[in-house]
Amino acid sequence: MHVSPVREPLINGEKSYKDITNDVMAPIRAKPGKLWFVGLGISMLVMLVGFAMIGYTVWFGIGTWGVNRTIGWGWGITNFVWWVGIGHAGTFISAILLLFRQKWRTSINRAAEAMTIFAVMCAGLFPLIHMGRLPLGFFILPYPNTRELWVNFNSPLLWDVFAITAYLLVSLLFWYMGLIPDLGTIRDRMKTLWKKKVYNFLSFGWKGSARHWQRHESMSLILAGLAAPLVLSVHTIVSFDFATSVIPGWHTTIFPPYFVSGAVFSGFAMVLTLMIVTRKVLNLQEYITVGHVESMNKVIIATGSIVGIAYITELFMAWYSGVEYERYAFLNRAMGPYAWAYWIMMTCNVISPQLLWFKKLRRNLTFTFVLSIFINIGMWFERFVIVVTSLHRDYLPSSWSMYKPTWVEVAIYLGTFGLFFTLFFLFIRVFPVIALAEVKSVLRSSARKFIGKPVKNQPSEKQ
Amino acid sequence: MGAIVYGHFTDEPDLLKAVKELQNKGIRIADVRTPFPVHGLDKALKYRRSHLPKVAFIAGVAGAVLMFYFQYWVFTEGWPLNFGGKPYFSVLSFIPGTFEITILFAAFAMGIAFLVRSNLGPGSIPDILDENVTDDHFQIILSEKENRLSETELSEALSATGALDVKHVNGEK
Repeated sequence: MHVSPVREPLINGEKSYKDITNDVMAPIRAKPGKLWFVGLGISMLVMLVGFAMIGYTVWFGIGTWGVNRTIGWGWGITNFVWWVGIGHAGTFISAILLLFRQKWRTSINRAAEAMTIFAVMCAGLFPLIHMGRLPLGFFILPYPNTRELWVNFNSPLLWDVFAITAYLLVSLLFWYMGLIPDLGTIRDRMKTLWKKKVYNFLSFGWKGSARHWQRHESMSLILAGLAAPLVLSVHTIVSFDFATSVIPGWHTTIFPPYFVSGAVFSGFAMVLTLMIVTRKVLNLQEYITVGHVESMNKVIIATGSIVGIAYITELFMAWYSGVEYERYAFLNRAMGPYAWAYWIMMTCNVISPQLLWFKKLRRNLTFTFVLSIFINIGMWFERFVIVVTSLHRDYLPSSWSMYKPTWVEVAIYLGTFGLFFTLFFLFIRVFPVIALAEVKSVLRSSARKFIGKPVKNQPSEKQ
Repeated sequence: MGAIVYGHFTDEPDLLKAVKELQNKGIRIADVRTPFPVHGLDKALKYRRSHLPKVAFIAGVAGAVLMFYFQYWVFTEGWPLNFGGKPYFSVLSFIPGTFEITILFAAFAMGIAFLVRSNLGPGSIPDILDENVTDDHFQIILSEKENRLSETELSEALSATGALDVKHVNGEK
């Protein structure tokens, strides 16, 4: 029974274990509604347009994009960094919050981790497209080849290959291992034989044995311990892509922590955007409560403030270092031709999260939803500012230039949204959105009212 | 083979109490199946700590050594290339790759070890006695083979702990 005077219940309403199973399984059991088909249809259409534009780029060459010799990294790398950042929240929730024993993570970790995987898949597309020759993408892997050449292990771009690949694979493993028991639960509730067979295959024959649970617990803890430094390393290495260069505005030691906190910041914003809608549509308000939203908002204030301090530190260091190129780079960001992007970034990322100091706003779903979209936009512009404004005016004024994306780049970016939402729509129909076993394990301590036992079977009175 | 006796409880404390009671009577418990990890159950059943963390550690060390050596070999022996005058054996720039492969090896070795050790995997057919154990039943399974008591004595002992729906299977299982 929930007795804590300080913490609010994590599960609202009077739930038994069976209720949890039924509530979470409802979208898997039910016939998909019209809304789902419309959503999936639109996402798939957008995805296909995006893929077509990738084909167009590969066919006609990178000249179809707005990038030029001064600004070689345009929307492609901006989107890459943005999508990788989005992914970070999932691992943060499932790994770092597990190590800190935060029980509120149980209701949101499954969906957030799925989001991580989908976001990293979207992110991985961009460097591949950016390299120009998609079918030769495997050249970035170190394998014995007829050219007798190896890859350059000194390059941060190659570290990225390792980081993103390891991150995608480990996230997938962590997510799927967590899913196994819940897939077993679904298998046992399915009525049709073929569905039972499919879910049994997916659940690897899970039977809930105590020995398996013991191993599963021990594995989850170590996996969380491995995933926690991994997630921090990923955006650190992404930031090395910039920080190890000699471009003013990129060549700064503050980049790794600044990128990681920015990633968690934008990731949580995306989790909020998705979960506020999902909890309504799938009727999960009792599991993903306003309290959960508030907790996530607190993470947003913390990471958003770190990002804000990083921006100000960058400005200060540009002035204090006395390096004229560095000074110009930052003056140009704030007052140059791309000042509009800089100020969108500043407003969305520095000012807007500070509103969350008010408890009323933290607990207001409409406000949080709108704010989370602002943060998503702001964080996209952060990457745009870093990539484009640092490049467009470098040391040599004769090569100064401007950059504008073409419709091809815009369509590819939108296409990744299509891919992301297609996968998300399929996910909510096939897999449980909430980690069933984990929520059941916190039910006793964190439900508003604990009714673990069904009312009709009252056993063990005689003892 | 011996018969199997099983019954279920509807909550954790009842289950833990029953496990203790059966053990006090000297009855060995073949398996306990629960919908979620029950805190303290592994201790009550006197399971030894899992070796999976060791597997992860060993695989992680192996990954680290392998990746570091590989990078060293490529740059100093395989094909030493001059990248802007940087040293061939540049330890610092080998660290990110080594770190990622360490984690990758540790995680996957542990995941695979878990599946193999638990006999789980695609296509594995579980011996499910009651489908509700993945929903809200906490099941204790006793095996005649492991105990000196007869089938009926076992089911009586299990019923005495308050287990519901005590059934037995005279199985070849």
